[in-house]
Amino acid sequence: MRKFSWSRVAINLTVLFLIVIWTLPTVGLFITSFRSKETIQASGWWTVFGQLGSGQFTLDNYDKVLFGGDGMATAFLNTLAVTIPAVVIPILIAAFAAYAFAWMDFPGRRLMFISVVAMLVVPLQIALIPVLKAYLTIDLNGTFLAVWLAHAGFGLALATYLLYNYISQLPKDLMESAALDGASHFTTFTRLVLPLSVPALAAFAIFQFLWVWNDYLVATTFLGIDKDVQVMTQRLVSITGSRGQDWQLLTSGAFVSMIVPVLVFLGLQRYFIRGLLAGSVKG
Amino acid sequence: MKHRLFASLCAGVFVVAACSSSSTPTPATPAPTSGGGGSMAPTEGASATPDLSGKTVTVGGAFVDVEADRFNEAMKPFEDATGAKVEYSGDKSFEQNLNVQVQAGNPPDVALLPQPGGMKNYASQGKLYPLPADIVANIDANYAPGWKESGTADDGKVYGVFHRVNLKGLVFYPKVYWDSKGYTAPTTWDEMQTLMSQMVSDGTPPWCIGIESGAATGWPFTDWVEEVMLRTVGPDGYDAWVAGKTPFTDPTVKTAFQDVLDIWTNPDDVFGGINYIVQTNFGDAPPNAFTDPPKCVLTNQGNFITTFFPDSVQADLDNQVGVFPLPAIDSSIGTPGEVGGDQAVAFADRPEVWAFLKYLTTSQSGESWQKAGGALFPYKDQDLSLYSSKLDAAFAKTLVDAPAVRFDGSDAMPAVVGQGTFWKEPIKVLTGSEDLDTALKNIQASWPSQ
Amino acid sequence: MQQASADVPRRGLGQSLVAGVGRIAVSVFVPIVAFIVLWAGFIFLRDSGANKLVIVSVAIVWGIGGVAMLYVIANWLTEKLPNAWQRRILPFVFVGPAFAILTFYLLVPAVITGWESLLNADGSQFIGIDNYTYAFSNPDFIVAIRNNVLWLVIGTLFSTVLGLAIAVLVDRSRMSRLAKTLIFLPMAISFVGASVIWRFVFSFQPEGQPQIGLLNAILGAFGIAPVSWLTGAPLNTILLIVILVWGQTGFAMVIISAALRGVPDEMLEAGRIDGASEWQIFRRLIVPTIWPTIVTVATTIAILTLKVFDIVIAMTNQNFNTQVIATLMWQQAFTFFDQGRGAALAIILLVAVTPVIFYNLRQFRGRAI
Repeated sequence: MRKFSWSRVAINLTVLFLIVIWTLPTVGLFITSFRSKETIQASGWWTVFGQLGSGQFTLDNYDKVLFGGDGMATAFLNTLAVTIPAVVIPILIAAFAAYAFAWMDFPGRRLMFISVVAMLVVPLQIALIPVLKAYLTIDLNGTFLAVWLAHAGFGLALATYLLYNYISQLPKDLMESAALDGASHFTTFTRLVLPLSVPALAAFAIFQFLWVWNDYLVATTFLGIDKDVQVMTQRLVSITGSRGQDWQLLTSGAFVSMIVPVLVFLGLQRYFIRGLLAGSVKG
Repeated sequence: MKHRLFASLCAGVFVVAACSSSSTPTPATPAPTSGGGGSMAPTEGASATPDLSGKTVTVGGAFVDVEADRFNEAMKPFEDATGAKVEYSGDKSFEQNLNVQVQAGNPPDVALLPQPGGMKNYASQGKLYPLPADIVANIDANYAPGWKESGTADDGKVYGVFHRVNLKGLVFYPKVYWDSKGYTAPTTWDEMQTLMSQMVSDGTPPWCIGIESGAATGWPFTDWVEEVMLRTVGPDGYDAWVAGKTPFTDPTVKTAFQDVLDIWTNPDDVFGGINYIVQTNFGDAPPNAFTDPPKCVLTNQGNFITTFFPDSVQADLDNQVGVFPLPAIDSSIGTPGEVGGDQAVAFADRPEVWAFLKYLTTSQSGESWQKAGGALFPYKDQDLSLYSSKLDAAFAKTLVDAPAVRFDGSDAMPAVVGQGTFWKEPIKVLTGSEDLDTALKNIQASWPSQ
Repeated sequence: MQQASADVPRRGLGQSLVAGVGRIAVSVFVPIVAFIVLWAGFIFLRDSGANKLVIVSVAIVWGIGGVAMLYVIANWLTEKLPNAWQRRILPFVFVGPAFAILTFYLLVPAVITGWESLLNADGSQFIGIDNYTYAFSNPDFIVAIRNNVLWLVIGTLFSTVLGLAIAVLVDRSRMSRLAKTLIFLPMAISFVGASVIWRFVFSFQPEGQPQIGLLNAILGAFGIAPVSWLTGAPLNTILLIVILVWGQTGFAMVIISAALRGVPDEMLEAGRIDGASEWQIFRRLIVPTIWPTIVTVATTIAILTLKVFDIVIAMTNQNFNTQVIATLMWQQAFTFFDQGRGAALAIILLVAVTPVIFYNLRQFRGRAI
């Protein structure tokens, strides 16, 4: 089917065009991150193409962000420390629940499922203060544990929803033959369903990773102002200032914080696509 | 030149021209000793330097980087004398985060609050500890009238100690360009209008203005209005307005708003026009005065704005930058000084915290920062010759000699107004989506009913 | 775990008693030990000043291992119960933790918020629906509603339609892998990052000054005066929505693209043989087949648009009439310290999003649930 046709050319051109407009803004920022504040304000970033090698480039923005004593290096580690457990903890919990909703029958199943999914509507801002106060009673504020649990809590609704989507569409005969073999629900879940669900688990893991990595609100609320534990989003906002003065540092800061999620996505996108594929086949 | 600068500052700045015309600094009065204090005297007895080795005082504030370094430097004498450690943690989003910290139950021991309104909020929630009598006595002795009041909450108790402060209502201009055009500093509002027309006919818009400021967008407009209010209704009228006794819908307030709007909305008078003003960061507009040729000439701001000038200008401040106070509107009122500054408040009640706060009432706590530059201090007993630039020394002298200072109004009003409607409603008027009367009505409506 | 009930040798009474007690003891002992271990882990994670690497590793082990252990133990305990009880309790063992956590983190706060919305600013007085009447009579709020509607309709529509179109197109091009990656990439960028990126697209400088924003530079190349994009409503809201579409189209595209794989080729071939044009095939065969996926994607994005907060705050700080309900809610609660009004706005937001959830859930009716 590899014959030449105008429609193929048109399609390829359109796709190329799409790629360009989608990445142009990001490219613009990338170039800008290597320019000083004065040059940024004096001319658009596209002008650099006429002046390559003119020496107007500077690593200053990256230098200030990474090593400027604003603690970005620490913040990077902190972000890792916050994100990984926050992704890992809810996965299992959601998987168990998703399986139960999909393949077990019990009174109140429908109601509970609806409640769980309904939690998707709740804007997490309203949960901040009540949870904060609850944490206060067990002296949890300012710790990573507080954030892990919070992210797990806030992410469970989506996790359960996504995993239910997938698990409920595993072949029914598979489940039935397992039951015939005398396997308990627990065994079916651990030996059969979990391994089969790896794509869906990976898909959720990516979503949760991106979400937690880029989160600002939950981190600020539960981690506080101690620079030792702050994550990158907090430091970025702080670097720019609550009065917005040093915005040029955001140009490099944004990229510094972007690297890891992009790499994670690139590395896991295979699973990601597979994970959602099976979940949506035939609706 | 130095003399003229001082003279022009003195002549215009206060109701009563109480400052001397000589340029010698005021003689240092010895700081009161810390003996015989109130219930917070250290257990070792009434010694001037209590031994607090091993203790730590955590301090939170909004400044970072160079300023944080200089703050730490300035705290060294305290640490050396008492053995206590001062741990400063700066966060530019400090103002927003502190509330969450307080709710979470882990605020720092001492917070440097930029707004009296914020201090009053926390005080009324019972989160702050009032200053003991000996510290209040220090304030009475070492500060010009007005500072104590700005640190006092609605219950009449004093909670805040001022350290680094700023002076507002200063109009900066590029000296070289100014001299080349032969401009002279106006001493009345009308003279300023004439100067503005002169600049317009010379082909340069007079004013450099930017009000974008992240979550605080809009604050420079409030400064202009407050300065006009001070010049039209005087300090007492200003107090009544800030306290909520004079409503925003009052004709005097409306006129003040209108005076500022007349300048800002006139496309000839401001570089870039309204769209530029509302989208440009407050620190990005002033450098426009130092391009060649300047894109605009005048900047009305606080003394801290010098840190946003181009590096080359900052290196040669006294030669590159000229200043005159925003002129008087009513010659009988003159130009009362508008000030701002962080006040240190105590979220914890411990001897080392009080010792620290007491240290902040002495000029010693500012000395190293004076030399490093970028800060003004209100202490009567400070050594003005320590300032790194003549400009700063002149500003400080104004602060010290003031018969009275008035705190930045929007900072002193309740947060709902001062950090809310007073910032946001004028933006709507500026962009034309709301008329002035509605905006004033909205601001007044947001004032919390007592 | 098979119940080898048929093979247990018969025991004497004494042995049975000892075995019984032993079993009970173990049943009590194991959970207690497990609980202690978990609790110790919890305390360690909370209080330890140990090296971050250690803490994170412990967290991961505790997170997966601990949680797994909880389930294993709970399941093991349940299996000791008689069958009838087992069947009744086991589902709750599976579902319980998720449900409990969600209740604590979202359901209870939502209920608390509902109650607070009926109180005054500091929660000291009951004022009924005053906060709601205030909201609906407040011009700022009316603008916020208008904006949210714009976000909902334009954001969802464009993200989904573009995602669909691109998914179909890209799969037929040679650069499908590259295109999919690059178009999805914006999702990996935080809102703060996105706001800086787009600042350099919308930036405005006065006429005659060099433009640093892409749009105004393009206008300038055609000799048109620069436009202040972000200060004029409702254009500014629409431009902010563009940022959302930029980010969410990739999401829609990837999911729909996966669903497209599931469309049977034979069906499409049959259509082509019957002489249908590509467009007809698309409209009559492809779209209906993947319709449920499209609905899922659309509703997910719809929920996102109604909750939008970061983009508005980062780009315009809800000035210039760009405010939305979520930003107003934040302002009331955290700038104005009016918990009651903030809560009322949150509830209104919640109610607004609920129909979308219901529409989404309806799909599941066709399935097992």
